[in-house]
Amino acid sequence: MAKVLMKGNEALSEAAIRAGCRYFFGYPITPQNEIPQYLSKRLPEVGGVFLQAESEIAAINMVYGAAGAGARVMTSSSSPGISLKQEGITYMVGAELPCVIVNMQRGGPGLGSIQPAQSDYFQAVKGGGHGDYKLLVLAPATIQETVDLMGKAFDLADEYRNPVMILGDGILGQMMEGVELPAEETPVTLAGKPWATTGAKGRKPNVINSLFLDPIELEKHNHHLQRKYDCMAKEVLWENYQTDDAEIVLVGYGSSARIAKAAVDLARAQGIKAGLFRPITLFPFPKEALQEACKQAKHVLTVEMSMGQLVEDVRYNLEFKVPVHFYGRCGGMVPTTRAVLEEIIRWVKSGKEETHEDSL
Amino acid sequence: MKTVFERPKSLTFAKTHYCPGCTHGIIHRLVAEVLDELGVQEETIGVSPVGCAVLAYNYFDVDMQEAAHGRAPAVATGIKRVHPDKIVFTYQGDGDLASIGAAEIVHAAARSENITTIFVNNAIYGMTGGQMAPTTLVGQVSTTSPRGRDSEIHGYPLRMSEMLATIEGAVYIARVSVHNPQEVAKAKKAIKTAFELQIAGRGFTLVEVLSTCPTNWGYTPKEALQWLVDNMIPVYPLGVKKTLEEEKA
Repeated sequence: MAKVLMKGNEALSEAAIRAGCRYFFGYPITPQNEIPQYLSKRLPEVGGVFLQAESEIAAINMVYGAAGAGARVMTSSSSPGISLKQEGITYMVGAELPCVIVNMQRGGPGLGSIQPAQSDYFQAVKGGGHGDYKLLVLAPATIQETVDLMGKAFDLADEYRNPVMILGDGILGQMMEGVELPAEETPVTLAGKPWATTGAKGRKPNVINSLFLDPIELEKHNHHLQRKYDCMAKEVLWENYQTDDAEIVLVGYGSSARIAKAAVDLARAQGIKAGLFRPITLFPFPKEALQEACKQAKHVLTVEMSMGQLVEDVRYNLEFKVPVHFYGRCGGMVPTTRAVLEEIIRWVKSGKEETHEDSL
Repeated sequence: MKTVFERPKSLTFAKTHYCPGCTHGIIHRLVAEVLDELGVQEETIGVSPVGCAVLAYNYFDVDMQEAAHGRAPAVATGIKRVHPDKIVFTYQGDGDLASIGAAEIVHAAARSENITTIFVNNAIYGMTGGQMAPTTLVGQVSTTSPRGRDSEIHGYPLRMSEMLATIEGAVYIARVSVHNPQEVAKAKKAIKTAFELQIAGRGFTLVEVLSTCPTNWGYTPKEALQWLVDNMIPVYPLGVKKTLEEEKA
């Protein structure tokens, strides 16, 4: 199939339709507006429903209702809007409802900016709302990868009966790249969702609910959810780039990883053994793959568009055995390849006596 | 032997948690009787709120979803858009609908979502212990207005039915009461009309039912019914606030 030139937001929207998504509920916010705009045009063409809600809170609760009714459904937003959706997200996890949520991150805190950022990492991978829970979090770095992960995101959501987040940023949403779209799929049927509320014809009523007034039952429910998160460990995805002999391994996801990759090339051209480890699933975190990629490394450097969030998980998952440094820009500012290269050179030349404590 | 009275099929056999003298039980029964009479028990998906009726999913013998506080109209919207041929209703209290969920109910009406809302107004937060509600009357004592609701501090009660009746997308809005058998019969008629309009695909319908809360009002069940008549009905007048017939006239 021939490649087409598409904006990230539009390409992922088309990929969602081809993955069988027929329902979208959302609210305008920059820099993700091309998603609702595209779907408002396309969904009615395929017999689906696009609905602009009165707020992000209403939108995610419409997603709750539609998911509970058995639909393949999604919403999208950007950082401040994702904060508003947290109520509905934790209810969906509690009620074990599948959906896909796209976050095209922008600078924060507060109203922040409309430029790209990666400062919602903690919110995405640690839960986000109240209660003990996790989302499956996928972090594509190219538009092609975003498109390729959309179908997987819906499948994972259905398999685990848990919301899945696509964690992008304003760069990924706004830029254009050549992309090969997946073939059209037939819409997913309700057959695989016997728990859905579809009208209790010839069966006992189904109830979609996250309330467990008996603490014994709620603890059991939490243990059940935890077992699902444990099972998700097998879903890890990552990319290694020149890590086999790397003395310094950069770690980054999404747009930052592309900048880091370019810096690795520049470092290699100077004879520095640099590499890149790029987690594609942020939860579950590819711990073993990270350890393998960093086994020869004397230094690890995370590159982020935040004040240092991924760096905490990298230190934790490397079990504090290697010094892990951080370089980031924030508030809508983007790291330059040159600045990342300077960081690489700084740490490589810093000598071998560096301890973990020095890097903190 | 002829059966003259029985449990509606659309109610389960669960024992409810409602306080003695609370009228939620009557209202549940009326909704269930209407679903039975319309023959839609197996076609219906209900949405329960946060508040005293939070456990309604245990009492209605139909498919149910439990919504976050105030979000029932949004949840119902999601359900109805997926299953436009099913009967979808929300059952909400005054804190749920008129306070935290004010935006959701207004916009469900504005979109003329083809759903039915049963809005139970007892002028107080019952489940959490008798706090002031958006519908608490001026002067009414609650656990967060211990000197009585003072309009200088807390403003005035909201008349949701009158407000919603101004919205073009709302096709049937009525306020009823269940304080005596005659009013119960009228309440059932209004609830049935609302569901019939939904089945006919006409759009958004809502029936507000005035209800008592003897426990948190601090009255006996009988006193509470009289308090409703004497104090609530003057502020919340009964009647049909909007119908399709009016539009035709």
